[in-house]
Amino acid sequence: MAEILTPTKALAVNPLKASQPIGASLAFLGLANSMPLEHGARGCTSFNKLFFMRHFHDPIALQTTAMDHVIAVMGADGNVVEALATICARNRPSVIGLITTGLSEMQGADIQRTVAMFRTQFPAYDDVAVIPVATTDTIGCLESGFARAVEAIITTLVPATQSIVRHKRRVNVLASAMLTPGDVEAIKTFIAAFGLTAIVLPDIADSLDGHLIEEGFSTLTYGGTPPASIAEMGQSAATLVIGPSVNKAADLLHARTGVPDFRFDSLIGLDGCDAFAEVLAEIAGCAIPPIIERQRSQLQDAMVDCQFQLGGARVAIAADADLLCALTGFFADMGADVVGAVAAGRAAHLGDLSIPSVVVGDLEDLEFLAREGRADMIVTNSHGVEIARRQQTALLRAGFPIYDSFGAHTVTRAGYAGTRQLLFETANLLAGHYQEIRPYRSLYWQGTPREDEVTC
Amino acid sequence: MKTDELLALMNEPACAHNAKEKSGCAKPQPGATQGGCCFDGARNALLPIADAAHIVHGPIGCAGSSWDNRGTRSSGADLFRVGMTTDLSDMDVIMGRGEKRLFKAVRQAVETYHPAGVFIYNTCVPALQGDDIETVAKAAAERFGVPVVPVDCAGFYGNKNLGNRIGGEAVYKHVIGTREPDPVPASAQRPGITTHDINLIGEWNVGGEFWAVAPLFDELGLRILCTFSGDSRFREVQTMHRAEANMVVCSKAMIQVARKLQEDYGTPFIEGSFYGIADTSRAFRDIAGMLNDPDLTARTEAMIAREEAKVEAALAPLKPRLAAKRVLIFTGGYKSWSIVSAMQDLGMEVVATGTEKSTEEDKARIIELMGPDAKMISDNDQIALLQTFRECRGDILIAGDRYIYPTLKSRIPFLDIDHVRRIGYAGYDGMIELAGNLVHVAHSPVWKKVQTRTETPRRAA
Repeated sequence: MAEILTPTKALAVNPLKASQPIGASLAFLGLANSMPLEHGARGCTSFNKLFFMRHFHDPIALQTTAMDHVIAVMGADGNVVEALATICARNRPSVIGLITTGLSEMQGADIQRTVAMFRTQFPAYDDVAVIPVATTDTIGCLESGFARAVEAIITTLVPATQSIVRHKRRVNVLASAMLTPGDVEAIKTFIAAFGLTAIVLPDIADSLDGHLIEEGFSTLTYGGTPPASIAEMGQSAATLVIGPSVNKAADLLHARTGVPDFRFDSLIGLDGCDAFAEVLAEIAGCAIPPIIERQRSQLQDAMVDCQFQLGGARVAIAADADLLCALTGFFADMGADVVGAVAAGRAAHLGDLSIPSVVVGDLEDLEFLAREGRADMIVTNSHGVEIARRQQTALLRAGFPIYDSFGAHTVTRAGYAGTRQLLFETANLLAGHYQEIRPYRSLYWQGTPREDEVTC
Repeated sequence: MKTDELLALMNEPACAHNAKEKSGCAKPQPGATQGGCCFDGARNALLPIADAAHIVHGPIGCAGSSWDNRGTRSSGADLFRVGMTTDLSDMDVIMGRGEKRLFKAVRQAVETYHPAGVFIYNTCVPALQGDDIETVAKAAAERFGVPVVPVDCAGFYGNKNLGNRIGGEAVYKHVIGTREPDPVPASAQRPGITTHDINLIGEWNVGGEFWAVAPLFDELGLRILCTFSGDSRFREVQTMHRAEANMVVCSKAMIQVARKLQEDYGTPFIEGSFYGIADTSRAFRDIAGMLNDPDLTARTEAMIAREEAKVEAALAPLKPRLAAKRVLIFTGGYKSWSIVSAMQDLGMEVVATGTEKSTEEDKARIIELMGPDAKMISDNDQIALLQTFRECRGDILIAGDRYIYPTLKSRIPFLDIDHVRRIGYAGYDGMIELAGNLVHVAHSPVWKKVQTRTETPRRAA
């Protein structure tokens, strides 16, 4: 059991946290033909768009209601209706995610009512699903905003009718914000190995995997879960829930449809993958396929190979709660010592971590813990580069944003194969960071040719 | 910020745009708006002051996704890269604890990081709440013995340009004129060379690009009191009122600082750019022209001749590979024509240029350079821009970072000239870098390979 520490600092230094609206936007970026619309000042959206562009190296569909200071006082309903109508007219999306920010929440925006106003005024756009979600940035973080959006998507698009299993070989997947497009793709492949198909909510592997399309540039998403598939989630055989942050969404889906669900904290590491494989075998009514068995034994081989490198390694990790827990578990499984854990936001399951304490804080806290704990490696987003340099540790990039390297979206750490990749990556970083013993130069060498040799 | 204060900032007599329309106050269209807010603009303007603490007063949405995201470089101090925010919680907002939290935040920043000065950036939520950051700043400065500058730049006041002005205004009101410059070091005195003090206003040192130009100022005996604000220090900003001449670099947004220095201290200023050979030379000539020093003028001409010869020699092998390439430029303001001139220096054909943030004066210069039929694009819609590019049969698109991925997705050669880049293009050396990168982009073998698959002959199995 870990104690959850919340330092009482007035100033957050080198923030780890990204806001709830940005997380909600990410969830909507995993839907097909979708446009997230942030209800706030234009700057919120401009920053968030750039944040994702630099992470994914892709154009990002994101719009704003462009609140100004007069509207903030006098009421911004008109802006919301106008923004919805403008997006419908110009971009013809299937889905608009209407996302509130600290500004509109503080103003007291009633977005449900505003959506109703829009429906009355613009019946021509009835075919466009509008999904309102309240995500102030005065609480929570990217992960919780993402989860709230998934909940709102289920509430809006999944009909509340008890399950009629029409598709025995189809499962639903609720995917938390910790999963990269590479992870989601790996999970789909994992499931497909059992002869099953999946509706993934949200499917960022289909939209943010980085692929060129015939049409070139699109103002909407480049793929993602089609709303029609979401509406059919009640007809699947089971729901697989990956990441504790989407558990509440899973409760909602279960309450609406009665589809049985299976929950996994993480698919990084042998145990999580084993549990996942067993559930899939049960649903599919088959043995675990040879390809999966092979990947499992490959992972075991890698664990044996890398155990020396990771054993006793001192690691400090900062991330949103789901990812933090997944990575802490991974390092503990390998015999590494997690000397510091920082979560961007509170989450109940942080208390279940098998380390003495976890801090809800920022990267200044991570730096302190890494220094105090003499960390060999820190694990966090690209902002960790400077910390790793100052503390002379290796850096494993994880989470958001990763803006200083290419291919962040393809990084795959879920599944047997993904875990194996993560093992090798970690072992290589630690090996590269290892300081060999410096040569000793004897005082009796003075005046001999050895004195002039330069120590490498 | 009060409405009349905002209106005063939008009314800039030194800006040619002023007489016509005020694009700065055009209402953004909900659902079809791009670009940043006031807070974005104000922080960009001041963030390069490298030894100051920059505290964002607001919930995490403002700083969380945007800290340390600029390409501006410092030669030493790096406190500006430390992200700081009061990270207001819902309880702070509900209970009205923002001001107290801000005061304590300044103390924490001062005690932990010993900044030369502190900037406080206001954002929408505390602005709506009515936090009095000016009073907090005053109280904190007195208590902690460090200058604390309030910058009332809540995002919902307007666009990025207005934010630039608010940033400049805050510095003019609270920082400039609060210290006298250091004496010129004896070791820097050279016989026969009179040292002149100048400022550069609106130069951000993106990717360290100003370092390609700075040695030439030293050579000529021009001491830069302050580069406002690329690679600057708080104590340098304090002395800006003592310059003999000012140059406004590539940004109308900060022109009011130059105008006020002229009104209050009689300092003349010119506008110029370090993009392109012709503009770089003109900038040095114009600076020398303001200083009434015939010897400086002569040495400036000699330096220009030497540098132009050097850069021409370096460009000679690159020019044939760029000749007659058709380029579309989409950028704002001054750059809309200064980059045009730079491309023409290289023998490229500019088929259109963006004028989204350009002034009437900028547009007149475009016509001067490109002729009366110059195609100007004022709409910042990405699809429309790509359409224009195709209509103009362009070979390469030069624009800011917002356009990178839409352009690349369209399989169109692209060169980024925005402020988050890590590559410097300023000055004579920057021109060589720019030309080299244009050659790589325009001639990359990738463009052919990624075109839509047509009839690919397949081998029989």
